[in-house]
This record gives sequence, C-alpha cells and structure tokens, in this order.
Amino acid sequence: MEQAPPDPERLLQPAPLEPLGNPDAGLESVVVEEADRPRDEGSGDGTMTENNFWLKKIEISVSEAEKRTGRNAMNMQETYTAYLIETRSVEHTDGQSVLTDSLWRRYSEFELLRNYLLVCYPHIVVPPLPEKRAEFVWHKLSADNMDPDFVERRRIGLENFLLRVASHPILCRDKIFYLFLTQEGNWKETVNETGFQLKADSRLKALNATFRVKNPDKRFTELKHYGDELQSVISHLLRVRARVADRLYGVYKVHGNYGRVFSEWSAIEKEMGDGLQSAGHHMDVYASSIDDILEDEEHYADQLKEYLFYAEALRAVCRKHELMQYDLEMAAQDLASKKQQCEELATGTVRTFSLKGMTTKLFGQETPEQREARIKVLEDQISEGEQQLKSKNLEGREFVKNAWADIERFKEQKNRDLKEALISYAVMQISMCKKGIQVWTNAKECFSKM
Amino acid sequence: MSGGPPKALPSTGPHSLRDMPHPLAGSSSEEAVGGDSTPSPDLLMARSFGDKASALFHQTPRAFRICSAASDGSTKACQDLILPNGGTPAGTSSPASSSSLLNRLQLDDDIDGETRDLFVTVDDPKKHVCTMETYITYRITTKSTRVEFDLPEYSVRRRYQDFDWLRNKLEESQPTHLIPPLPEKFVVKGVVDRFSEEFVETRRKALDKFLKRITDHPVLSFNEHFHVFLTAKDLNAYKKQGMALLTRVGESVKHVTGGYKLRSRPLEFAAVGEYLDTFALKLGTIDRIAQRIIKEEIEYLVELREYGPVYSTWSALEGELAEPLEGVSACIGNCSAALEELTDDMTEDFLPVLREYILYSDSMKSVLKKRDQVQAEYEAKLEAVAVRKEERPKVPADVEKCQDRMECFNADLKADMERWQNNKRQDFRQLLMGMADKNIHYYEKCLMAWESIIPLLQERQEAK
Repeated sequence: MEQAPPDPERLLQPAPLEPLGNPDAGLESVVVEEADRPRDEGSGDGTMTENNFWLKKIEISVSEAEKRTGRNAMNMQETYTAYLIETRSVEHTDGQSVLTDSLWRRYSEFELLRNYLLVCYPHIVVPPLPEKRAEFVWHKLSADNMDPDFVERRRIGLENFLLRVASHPILCRDKIFYLFLTQEGNWKETVNETGFQLKADSRLKALNATFRVKNPDKRFTELKHYGDELQSVISHLLRVRARVADRLYGVYKVHGNYGRVFSEWSAIEKEMGDGLQSAGHHMDVYASSIDDILEDEEHYADQLKEYLFYAEALRAVCRKHELMQYDLEMAAQDLASKKQQCEELATGTVRTFSLKGMTTKLFGQETPEQREARIKVLEDQISEGEQQLKSKNLEGREFVKNAWADIERFKEQKNRDLKEALISYAVMQISMCKKGIQVWTNAKECFSKM
Repeated sequence: MSGGPPKALPSTGPHSLRDMPHPLAGSSSEEAVGGDSTPSPDLLMARSFGDKASALFHQTPRAFRICSAASDGSTKACQDLILPNGGTPAGTSSPASSSSLLNRLQLDDDIDGETRDLFVTVDDPKKHVCTMETYITYRITTKSTRVEFDLPEYSVRRRYQDFDWLRNKLEESQPTHLIPPLPEKFVVKGVVDRFSEEFVETRRKALDKFLKRITDHPVLSFNEHFHVFLTAKDLNAYKKQGMALLTRVGESVKHVTGGYKLRSRPLEFAAVGEYLDTFALKLGTIDRIAQRIIKEEIEYLVELREYGPVYSTWSALEGELAEPLEGVSACIGNCSAALEELTDDMTEDFLPVLREYILYSDSMKSVLKKRDQVQAEYEAKLEAVAVRKEERPKVPADVEKCQDRMECFNADLKADMERWQNNKRQDFRQLLMGMADKNIHYYEKCLMAWESIIPLLQERQEAK
C-alpha cells in the first residue's frame, strides 16, 4: 500500500488557486456580458486575480429585511423574508462610498451560495450561515422565524456571513459570490449551471470513507475530534446559558412586585410614605432593566453560535481529506492488485485466488494468446492506474497543504474572535453589575429617608 | 426554706460568670451544677406580689419586691414599693395620667439613649442532650445599675420554653400593654433542622430582639417576671410557684366577659385598627414577594453552578483560549458564591424580621380587642346605672372602677402604640436598608470578579 508522506512541498508545483469544479461555458458568457466590470480575463478561469479586491474597495451590508409573499416551487403561497444587500465601493482618496449594487435575496439563496462554496472549495473552512430556525431560546425569546427580533438577528448574521466570505483571501475572488452581490435575476440558474451539485460527494460515500480510511493525516483526525468536542461543548454552553437567562429574567421581574406593594403601603403611612414610594419606583426600574440586558446577551450567544456552526465546517474539511485519502488508498490497492495479477500471469504462478484461476482449473488452461491479451490489458490498466495514482497523490498533497493553511488562518481568527466575544461578555456583566449597584443604592437612599 | 447556704447571690461584688451555677442541672451541661435546689428568695417575691396585686393595679407595676440573701443564709425582710426613678407611688393621683406621664418620660430616655440603665443580650446558644429530650439554651447577660438588681451583672441560661413562659406572664400581668412577639414556636415549612446553625442563629437574634424590646419599655422592663427571668438560677421553681397563684391583676381584666357591645371606639384606636389590617396585608404580600425572589434566585444559582464549569470543559480543548475560558469559569464561580450568600442572608435576616412584625401587629390587634371589651363593659355598666339615675345621684364604686380601668388601658395602649409606630419606622428603615445593602454587596462582589478578568482576557499570548 503506497502512501506518500506529506512531501516537502517544494517538489510540487503550487496548484492554481481555482475552484476545483471547473467553470464551464455558462459562466464565461456572463463574464463577456458584463464587460464593463473590471476583470482580468487573461487567466480564463473566471476568477478575479486582483488580491483583496473586495476587502479594500467595497463595503457590504445587509441593511433591511422585508416580509414578502410569493409562490413557491409547488405553486403554493408562502411568506418569506427578503434581505436587502447593498454594496458600496469606497474611493481611496476621500473615503466616500458610492452605492454600486443593491439587490434582495432570501435565506434559501444564501444557502445555495454556501453549498456552492462548500462543494467548490472543500479545503476551505467555509463561514457558516446564521441558524435557519431559532434554537437555544429562553422562554421570552420567540422561536418564530417571522418574529422581528429573530429577523433582525438573522439580518446581522447574514451580513456577517457576507463579510467573512468577502474577507477570505480565496473565497472573495469567486465569481458566483460576486454575482450573488451584483446579479439579482437569474443568479440561481447561473449557479445551477455550474453543475456543482454533481461534484458534491455523497454523504454515504463520505461516511464509508471515514470508517475505512487507514492512514489519514493525524492532524486532520485530531482536528475532527476537536470539531466534535467543540460542537458538543458550545451546544451545552448555549443550552445552559438560555436557562440562566430565563432564571435571571424571573429574579428581576419579581422585584417589580415590590414597586406596587410599596406604593400601596406608602398610602397608609405618614412619615414612611415618601421613602417607600420612591423606593418602589426604583424597584420598577430594576425590574425593567433586564430586558435590555438580556437582549445584549443574545449577541454573545450569536457569536458562540457562529463558532458552533464553524465546528461543522471544520469537520467537513476533515471528511473531505478522509475521502480523498480513502480514494487514494483504494486506487493504490487496486493498482497493487493488478500488478500482482499481471505478474502471476507472466510467471504462471498462481498465488492469489482468482476466478480465472478457478475456471482454468475447471475448464482447462487458456491459450498463450489469450494470456498475452490479458497481460496487455492489465499492463494498460496498470499504466493508467499509475497515472491516476500520481495525480491523486498530487491532489491529496495539495489539498492537505491548502487546507492546513486555511485551518491555521481559521484558528487565528477563532482565537481572536472568541477572545473578543468573551471580553464583550465580561463588559456586559460589568455593566449589569454597575446598574444593579446604582439602583439599589438609590433604593437604599429612599429607605434611609423613611 | 432550706437547703444549704445559697451560694448564688453573695453581696460580695461582681462575680465571675463561669462560677454561676447552671439553673438547668444536666449532667452534660458544661456549666457548673449546683445551687438550684435553693428555694430562692424569689419565692417570697412571688407570694407577696400576689397579695399586693389589686393594690398595685392602680399603680404602674414598676414596684416590686427585692429580696436578698445575706451571706449567713437568712433572708432579709422584703421591702415595699421601691420606685427606682424616684417617682412617688401613684396611689393617690389618677392612674391614667401618672402612667402616661411616666411613659412619656421614659420615651424621652429612649430617644436619648444615654440614660439607659439596663442592658440585656442573648447569645452563646448551646445544645443540651438529655435522656428525655434535646434542646438549646441561650445565655442571657444582664447589666444594670438599677437598684432592684443586687449585682451589676447577671448571666443565666434559658431555653425557648422559658421565653414563652415569660411572654405569657407578661401578657397576663400587663394586659394593657403591647407585648413584643416571640419567634415562631414550631417550624412548619420544609425540612428545617431545629439544631442547624442558621436556624439557631435566626432564633437567637429574634429572642435578643424580644428581650431588648421589653428592656426598652418603661413599664414592662420593671416587670417582676421579667426580673426573675433575667436573674433567677432556678426559673422552674419560680414557674411552679407562679402557676399556683392567680394574679388578680390578670383576672380582673381577663375575666371581662364578652357580649358587651361597643358604642363608639375612640378615633385613634379605630384608626390604628384599620391601619393594622392594611399593614398586616401589605407585610404578608412583601413576605410572599421576598420568598419568591429567594426561590428564583436559588433556581438561578442552580443554573449558574452548571454554567460555570462548562467554560472549564471548553478550556481543556483549547490552546490560546484555555486561560481566558478558565478565567471566565472561575469568575462565574465567584458570582455563584456571592449569590448564595445573598440568598442565605435574606433568608436568615430579612424574612424572620418581617414575619415577626406580622406577629407583632396581630398581638397589637388582640390588645386592641381587649381594650374594646373593657370599654364595652364600662359603657354597659354606665348605661345600667343611668337607667336608675333618679335613685342614685352619684356614680357607684364599681362603675368608677371600670372607668379607671378603661382610662388606664387607653393611656397605656396609646403610649405603647406611639412607641410601636416609632420602633416600626426604625425597624423597617433598618430592615429595608439592610436588604438594599445585601444586594449592593452582591453586585459589588460580582463586579470585582468580572473586572479582574478583563486584563486576563486582553492579555496577548506570547507567539509560539
């Protein structure tokens, strides 16, 4: 069984950074039509080769969300939300931004874009979309997709997704992504015409590979475990956090009852009345402060959720590696077996069991001509097989190299982002404590005047 | 009388508390056993009190007997009618005015605080395990410069039963006064351990408050039974004697038969009655709210205790993020501890005091009822006399007695009500400020925890 260890990359030529699915004629025509767009046509592969074109030059925002009704694929009426995506180009000199594109997309189109990116860039940890349905909700939060708060948070999540893609050194150059931002009509057809669905690996195949692969790169195996554990721990965290939010809400709201009873009590008191009354007011303030506090905390939960979904993206890259590795192992195994067969035929020794061997025994030996023919076929196959193995090997190593580069990039991003998230969470807690101290200090002053 | 020389009350100056014998001689008691079989001079006090009961009724019961034992074991004769503050025995003047006069004087003293001459503290709870039962006793320390006290300082041990006895005695002997409430006798809710530190401490505080309230009362603090409670080594012996005697004082008021209808209640008492009704309702609501808050806080605590450790679990998976995540976990742990303290404090300090005031207003209401009955009786008798007006030009003695009784009651109660209102205001100011304080401390602790991890979170890891 051959398995080339991850070679010193200098022996291999760096693979062109192109989507593994080859763009076909359909895209080319689109390119031609929009000739006025700055595009480097020399590469002929449909990608923009200007580095960080997007990051420096444009601003993307998902600025609005709108409820729409329309007819779905089964011609039934449905309600959905559409999101307005605005792209602005920023002039270098004066920092002024000009609106260059603006179109409406719905969630399913975002999903299509992401699926396309997943298939065409399997070595990239593709940024995740915000959740399709509200999960990990605490009771006050609505699980309804049409709920305005959910829609608002989703709008922010979708914007975040686009920004992540736009700031990724490789993904930002993708044509389909560019069209997503600029070509409202027909975009879906354009994507489907790339035939990317055909390139998608079947789940079954991937599962099979995961179980049967013999020698995957250890780093990927470890990474997959990390992805599993990360997913598990963040889910747990989000679940408990939701319960914590629920309880905290209860604590604050019950204090509101003090407001009412203090007010009623103050009515029968003489000197104590004023103090009680004003203290009651502070209790009301305290009770109502929790709404804003918990709303802010939802942003933190959303940041955690992004990385929960990122964990899945990590696992997808690992699965791809396992699949490629398995493929390679199978090809090598097949080649080895063919070589052996050839050798056996040539030397006349039968070491391995074969159907031919059995039938020969039963029905008689074959003629030398027949044997020669078979050897020839096998030799052709072996030659082809060797070619394939070589290219698979190359592909595999390229994949590992590129994937690992992106994984390193992702790790840095993750550490940065999560640290930021923890800091902002701590800041939120500090703010909540300060508010609490303020309210109770005010109440204490009122009590002291009783 | 008998027994050995009473070692208990020597007149030779201050005496080490440790040498004081334990009134409840149990073998497991840590204190010295002894002296409890001395028939105390206390007995004499009780008897003669009973004799003078009716005479005393018309005077504020601040007079009582003092008996002291000389070192040779004999008892001196009892002295009569000592009024500590040098006031004159109120035998001749109208009882109502002298009583309220004295009360008013005492009220001023209280506000001053400097002329206080009696200090009582309840502390040092101890568990006693006997064959029949297990119980807790508390040490009562009394310091006083009052003449009635032979010694400047006393230390005795009492159990809840004794407090209960004292309260009943006070209600009997001072029916016109408002007696402070005791903490609840039985614990109904939940599975509360009678011997747990928290329960005992809560009870101790309440008992301390109870005695302090009596101490601060210008009339109650001079009560015979109270004095015995504070000073006697063998309270049980005194109790037994006390039960044999019916105090005529108590009787004359207790045996006011019902069935008299009240004509009109004086305005101030009617107002207080209505006030108390609403007050008790509001307190009940506050009690329920406070309990609910504590319950919610405890449930919040349960979730926090699961939440914090998840960050630790996560930290174990990470490299650069390990320290920040562990820091967050520890922080949440600190907040949990602070929250637990808050709920404990509220349960121990806030709820019991609230409940005590509900009991207090209940007992105030029953005193008001008694007052109503006394007034009703008087009015009925007056009416009966008025019918036969032509025959008797002057008011008969028993009606006059009734009137005195009523006016005395009214005066005492009015003074007590004023005192109660003042104390209530102070007590609630303190209670609610305390509640605010506890919450402030909780948030301050959390704030400190979160602020301290910000630098940790912002720390740049050294490049690997």
